[in-house]
Amino acid sequence: MKNLIQKLVESIGPSGYESAVREIVRDEVAPFAEEIRIDALGNLIVRKGSKTKSGMRLMLAAHLDEIGLIATHIDENGFIRFSTLGGVRPNNCPGGRVRFMNGVEGVIGIERLENPDRPFSIEQLYIDVGAASRQDCPIKVGEVAAFYRPMLDLGGRIAAKSMDDRIGVAVLVESLRQLKKTPHEIYFVFSVQEEVGLRGATTAAFALDPDLGLAVDVTLTGDTPKGVKMEVALGKGPAIKVRDGKMLSDPRLVQYLIETAEKAKGPYQLEILEGGTTDASVIQITRAGIPSGCISIPCRYVHSPSEMVDYNDVQNAVKLLVTVLSNPIHLG
Amino acid sequence: MATREQTYSQNPKIGPDQIKLLEKLSNACAVSGDEGEVRAIVLEELKSSPSEIQIDALGNVLVTCKAKKKNPLRVMLAAHMDEVGFMITEKDEGGLCRFDLVGGIDVRYLAGKTVLIGRKHTCAVIGAKPIHLTTEEERKQAFSLDSLRIDLGSGGNDGVKVGDRAAFATTFQQSGPSLMGKALDDRLGVATLIELVRNAPPDIELLAAFTVQEEVGARGARVAAYTMNPDIAIAIDSTPAQDLPSWDDTENTRYNTRLGQGPAIYVADSGTLSDPRLIRFLAETAEKHNIPYQFRQPGAGGTDASQIHKQREGIPSISISVPGRYPHTPLMIARLDDWQNTLALMHAALQTISPDLLKRPR
Repeated sequence: MKNLIQKLVESIGPSGYESAVREIVRDEVAPFAEEIRIDALGNLIVRKGSKTKSGMRLMLAAHLDEIGLIATHIDENGFIRFSTLGGVRPNNCPGGRVRFMNGVEGVIGIERLENPDRPFSIEQLYIDVGAASRQDCPIKVGEVAAFYRPMLDLGGRIAAKSMDDRIGVAVLVESLRQLKKTPHEIYFVFSVQEEVGLRGATTAAFALDPDLGLAVDVTLTGDTPKGVKMEVALGKGPAIKVRDGKMLSDPRLVQYLIETAEKAKGPYQLEILEGGTTDASVIQITRAGIPSGCISIPCRYVHSPSEMVDYNDVQNAVKLLVTVLSNPIHLG
Repeated sequence: MATREQTYSQNPKIGPDQIKLLEKLSNACAVSGDEGEVRAIVLEELKSSPSEIQIDALGNVLVTCKAKKKNPLRVMLAAHMDEVGFMITEKDEGGLCRFDLVGGIDVRYLAGKTVLIGRKHTCAVIGAKPIHLTTEEERKQAFSLDSLRIDLGSGGNDGVKVGDRAAFATTFQQSGPSLMGKALDDRLGVATLIELVRNAPPDIELLAAFTVQEEVGARGARVAAYTMNPDIAIAIDSTPAQDLPSWDDTENTRYNTRLGQGPAIYVADSGTLSDPRLIRFLAETAEKHNIPYQFRQPGAGGTDASQIHKQREGIPSISISVPGRYPHTPLMIARLDDWQNTLALMHAALQTISPDLLKRPR
């Protein structure tokens, strides 16, 4: 599974420009899918199983896109000004390396700060692709880039850009691969444009109109020096989301996931996330309402170029998900 | 009355009639939620058009121009009828009114501006303490909205009531290459869309939405797109041109768009990531027809497309704007040639757009 993760995190797919990642996933799922389609916004929708008497119509969602940068101006000396696609934080940028969709790579520089104690903004940063002038610059206004660097395998833990949410994508792909039999009609949705406002999942949920929605995405952890106050930690198992900034998980689904994890003797933790949300929040309020929840992969340094997850958490998330999908789901 | 076959081959032009229509649209008052005046003009202009016209529950004017062939591509175009303005929230004594903002307006622009209230266009002024009575310290501070009043000078017997809208009282005019008026955001789009309906191409089903409540969150477009459920959507709007020189002569890197450089094609704003196939298609069409165009700098802002693309099962969308200086103030300046080129690009695009576009790689 590490090979799959590496392939996914080392591909480039900022919001709205997910084609390369979508093609990788499509090739991976093809041998196991009963139906594959790409919808109007670019969501990759993969079906497995048909609804039986004891089954449900399920929508699983992991997003293909990652945060990125978009060129707004090429100045006369060939430096590229940019704005962001999704939640790129300025302090994660200087010194970073980026790759544009056309393969051009560059580094992020910063203007001299009048007052180094004050926070700086994206407007004070620029990308240097080694061009000497505007005419020489291989990038035009509107071209899109993402952070770029190879995956770092630390043994038990792995770090890479776009672990948010390629790790969720990997969990869905691996679960599909391992799933032998299911009473459910399952739609694995590899969604687009999550980082800019959950847009792909919004329309996919409308189209599929499922009985139950479940996102697989990353969540923050509280286990780093002077970090956020939070229960979740790396290595303690997949996190079952109870609440985040925009969603209260369906309590019956939370309970069912807890019981399933305990029965399977798999580790799990409960997640309460103060800010941020996932595709599940828009699935939940689609049409007449859809019971929804989320299995989260704990992740340090989210939205930085080095997002870190624990490999055991990832495998245990697959185990939990495969168990859930293999059996009838009872919401109490 | 011209039929569609007769007009199809002609390229629509902005002539005196179109400018007169824009003048009428600009001078009309249609603050979000009270778009009746502009709606009436749109309906009057399209009276003789062979299209189907419907007014929906929120007040959108929805126009369907049927294709001459089977299973055509269904293309939605949206231009919003509403403008930013004010709402009377409380009547104090003697014709003084408290008011709130409708849509995005910078309060620093307001003191001393004249406004027109309600359907009778009652004239009034946004009053503030005059220079005779202010201290130097006070003059360094911006007025807060709470401290401003709309003064009718009426003594109170004026027929104005709480909930009435007020718009900037600006009269449209032409100045050399420029068009000057209030609410050109988005009456330029409305006027463009009227011309496109009159010159609708036969191969596609053209779905024209004259929308309400865009300035308060693209609310009209949201329900219009749900109703129309098109294959593709294009919002025709107006976007700021902040292309003035920097005060310290450094390079202006944040102009958004520039006057005179042609229609602004959107790649990304806060509300929408344009479908890459549509970006390429519009740019290619412009190049093929030698129509100047520019990419709007990706950044903040949003159009009707922000709601349209998320409706139902998803609708590939893009926006195109006529650039203008000082939008959301009493007076915007736009260039006649940018408007002409926007109309030309849209017309050319609608003639060649086909379902194959959606089969291209993204």
